[in-house]
Amino acid sequence: MADMKTKDLQAKEKQEVTSQAEQTMSGLLFTPEVDIFETDTEITLLADIPGVSPDGLDIDLRENTLTIIGNIEPFKGADEEDVLIEYETGKYYRQFTISQVIDQEKINADLKDGVLRLKMPKARKAVPRKIAINA
Amino acid sequence: MLYRNFLNMPYWTDRRNLAEVDRFRREFDRLFSGFGDYGKAAVKSGVFPAVNLTQNAHHYILRAELPGIDPGHLNITSADNAIAISGERKIESEEGVRYHRSERDAGKFSRVINLPGEIDPEKIEANLKNGILTILIPKAEKVKPRQITVK
Repeated sequence: MADMKTKDLQAKEKQEVTSQAEQTMSGLLFTPEVDIFETDTEITLLADIPGVSPDGLDIDLRENTLTIIGNIEPFKGADEEDVLIEYETGKYYRQFTISQVIDQEKINADLKDGVLRLKMPKARKAVPRKIAINA
Repeated sequence: MLYRNFLNMPYWTDRRNLAEVDRFRREFDRLFSGFGDYGKAAVKSGVFPAVNLTQNAHHYILRAELPGIDPGHLNITSADNAIAISGERKIESEEGVRYHRSERDAGKFSRVINLPGEIDPEKIEANLKNGILTILIPKAEKVKPRQITVK
């Protein structure tokens, strides 16, 4: 299986948030799946948040905590009745602790086709600099 | 509910079968996953993508969460009261980076969803917005409920 060029996507259940803190938001909360990777100059976070429009997205970075909240609009029309329901919808919520110093002003968030791409450039002092040695 | 079923007599039996299948699945899931899943309303099919099917008087509405999928990589066909969705989700690999988390999956998928009644295959509309695929499937003219005026 490992040598197959493209694997088949497996159905995964949406993960409901089980937070220690008491919830103050009503409705279901889900944990979005994320990719996080880092280069020398920036940290990039990709999150799958289908159904969230740019207006419904709330990203907050304070101290070392990054909070992502995705609100969704109800899709279902009032006259629709359920026939088969395989997934539930609700808000997305996830928090991360960022250990690097981030240049807050240059954070760039891009939401396309239900995927959030958050680019967080590291602050100058956190970027490793090569020090030239004068001989 | 009862009178609505009577109105839609042609596929009443189909719908009942669907409910039976759901009930069976739930029972089955419960058997094999302990007893923690009682509260869950959603039925799992185990096939990607999970879909929600609803209906109103004139349409079936099929929705699926497909984040990050290019419409060009999505293929939707209809045949005999069934909708087939297939496609591929691609995630570009990033060069020269260190991964901290990699939870998002890429790959191919294919699924056929049988609809509980007759459809009009000519007028199906599909729309992909914010990662949600919505397929609007008109019911066949002959199974639509008709208002009967009492004279």
